[in-house]
Amino acid sequence: MNIHEYQAKELFAQFGVAVPKGVAVKSAAEFEGALAKIDTAGGIMVKSQIHAGGRGKGTFTDGFKGGVKFSPTKEKALENAKAMLGNTLVTAQTGEAGRKVQTIYFTEAANLGKRPDGRDDEYYLAILLDRATSFPVIVASTEGGMEIEHVAHHTPEKIFKVHVDPAVGLQAFQARQIAFSLGFSGDLFKQCVTLVTKLYQFYWEKDCAMVEVNPLLVTKEGKLLALDAKVSFDDNALFRHPDVVALRDLNEEDAKEIEASKFGLSYIALDGNIACLVNGAGLAMSTMDIIQHFGGSPANFLDVGGGATKDQVTAAFKIILGDANVKGILVNIFGGIMDCNVIATGIIEAVKETGLKLPLVVRLEGNNVEAGKATLAASGLTIVSGDSMADAAQKIVKLVNNK
Amino acid sequence: MSILVKEDTRILVQGITGDFGARHARLSLDYGSQVVAGVTPGKGGQVFEHAGKKVPIFNTVAEAAKQTGATVSAIFVPPPFAADAILECFDADLDLAVAITEGIPVRDMVRAKRAMAGRRTRLIGPNCPGLVTPGRGDKSSGGCRIGIAPGYIHKRGNVGVVSRSGTLTYEAVWQLTCRGKGQSTCVGIGGDPVNGTSHLDVIKLFNDDPETEAIIMIGEIGGNAEVEAARWIKEHCKKPVAGFIAGATAPAGRRMGHAGAVIGGAEDTAAAKIKIFQECGISVAVTPSDMADALLRIWKG
Repeated sequence: MNIHEYQAKELFAQFGVAVPKGVAVKSAAEFEGALAKIDTAGGIMVKSQIHAGGRGKGTFTDGFKGGVKFSPTKEKALENAKAMLGNTLVTAQTGEAGRKVQTIYFTEAANLGKRPDGRDDEYYLAILLDRATSFPVIVASTEGGMEIEHVAHHTPEKIFKVHVDPAVGLQAFQARQIAFSLGFSGDLFKQCVTLVTKLYQFYWEKDCAMVEVNPLLVTKEGKLLALDAKVSFDDNALFRHPDVVALRDLNEEDAKEIEASKFGLSYIALDGNIACLVNGAGLAMSTMDIIQHFGGSPANFLDVGGGATKDQVTAAFKIILGDANVKGILVNIFGGIMDCNVIATGIIEAVKETGLKLPLVVRLEGNNVEAGKATLAASGLTIVSGDSMADAAQKIVKLVNNK
Repeated sequence: MSILVKEDTRILVQGITGDFGARHARLSLDYGSQVVAGVTPGKGGQVFEHAGKKVPIFNTVAEAAKQTGATVSAIFVPPPFAADAILECFDADLDLAVAITEGIPVRDMVRAKRAMAGRRTRLIGPNCPGLVTPGRGDKSSGGCRIGIAPGYIHKRGNVGVVSRSGTLTYEAVWQLTCRGKGQSTCVGIGGDPVNGTSHLDVIKLFNDDPETEAIIMIGEIGGNAEVEAARWIKEHCKKPVAGFIAGATAPAGRRMGHAGAVIGGAEDTAAAKIKIFQECGISVAVTPSDMADALLRIWKG
């Protein structure tokens, strides 16, 4: 689960991680009140709150440029905020449709420090799971304010990693290693050790999947601040963090994915025209692959889990049919334990209930498969049967492409 | 021989009184597997009955192992309590803990995996279908079925199968069985980012197992476990290996954040993994329908 920058910074502040002071609001009527709560003498940052990166370089659909704006005066901040709120921001990560901005975050503008070479004094810090070791890893770099992939590709020597042994947690020497690797000394060194320690505490206690601070910066006054914050949580651990669940913003999630989750379906929309409905994540992914292999284009990932009940299949069809691009459906079920005849009956009922008119290819395999195929054939519906994944994929691609 | 479990391996089931655990305990008993104990804290002394068989239930794993000689646990405990169930297996010095449970918090697994270091117990999973060593009876009955895989699709033979995914494993197994090729052992290592046993761990076991003559390795996008296994295969594996990677069409970045891509490097896309498989001499299945045939192109059985 992802949260907004302002929510992440509120959590940072609770854990003692230094952030610029800010106030988030959801209506224009609250703008003035919000600005009154922060020190605006050094200028204000006006930040669109959406769950996607690249906001600063983004463009709104009405042509207004920049989802994050420095505003030297209150008047300019109000003007920028009014232009952003309710407007749709398109960034490199949102896709063409963009995201509607429903929250504006005003923060005190930090007075950026400079390095001897004249560059902004910005750093990078992240904490996440290293899958290779199964240990949390802290990733730090002197090259903040840019894409970390870019740094990793061009100057890998400027990325430092510290693995944290979960048996003992983050040790003081490790926080010092990070601070030394970033070149800090004196008071900034102490600030960095504190910030890394608190940030790790936050990551661990709140079951984060990833915490990323980019940039972490040093102000002219010598303060180390988390200027941006990107936080995601482990969905499996949400049951023990009701405070985190309360931060969920359904506006930022795909309506179809939310609907799917209510029926125990795992659904991800893609941009193709052949929908698929599969049991098991690995089989679902490879069903998408095989559609593409035979010249089609998958419209979604949809895993119905271990079973495939009538209610699930009906709900899945309804979700699939909500995508106007869909021109055909491939159902691929390996009914290992479940009776294929029960699955077939469920599919027929779902077709009838949803009034499905699109081409439908069903590939059933497993327990009692012959009876299942016979039931489909006897249904009087135009359901095409596939004998193998390859056969079924070829059939649906042909049906869709020949229309 | 087979790997990890044999026909006579004695199994205990943690969570045998829950719907999920009970259902699969019954299916394992029907398959002819030696389910000898159940564990549900507070229900010790009760008996799990199915088709004339009586399986005693114990309060603790240690007690169940001591009283029945069980050496392997199948864990069907709900996610909030599953890591605790895994740690209890380590404490009881079992040979193997197989965690079927899906949805265990990553932090719990990070700690459990750390606690596994230096212990004799091997963990398979979590979020896995378990493992099957097929039997020699009708539709492979009489084998050792731990977890949730359908038993009847198997056939006793000489191909080792290792995969993260459940249904994709069944797909491969069924393709083999339909072509008359049986399996030594089929292992589902699970789809979670932190798991107890890797592709490479299983490949090494297959390499050392005299009954296993050939291997199918099924992987997916994310992480570098398949790549690590492929590189080892190139250097050390004496047996023909076929492979498949799922997720060529998966949208990038849906699960992984920025820094994750840095840690994973450029080798965790499907295309990159397939290329490395080919470089390492693995026969790559073009589609998931081609897994058994990819093996049969390099192994005649």
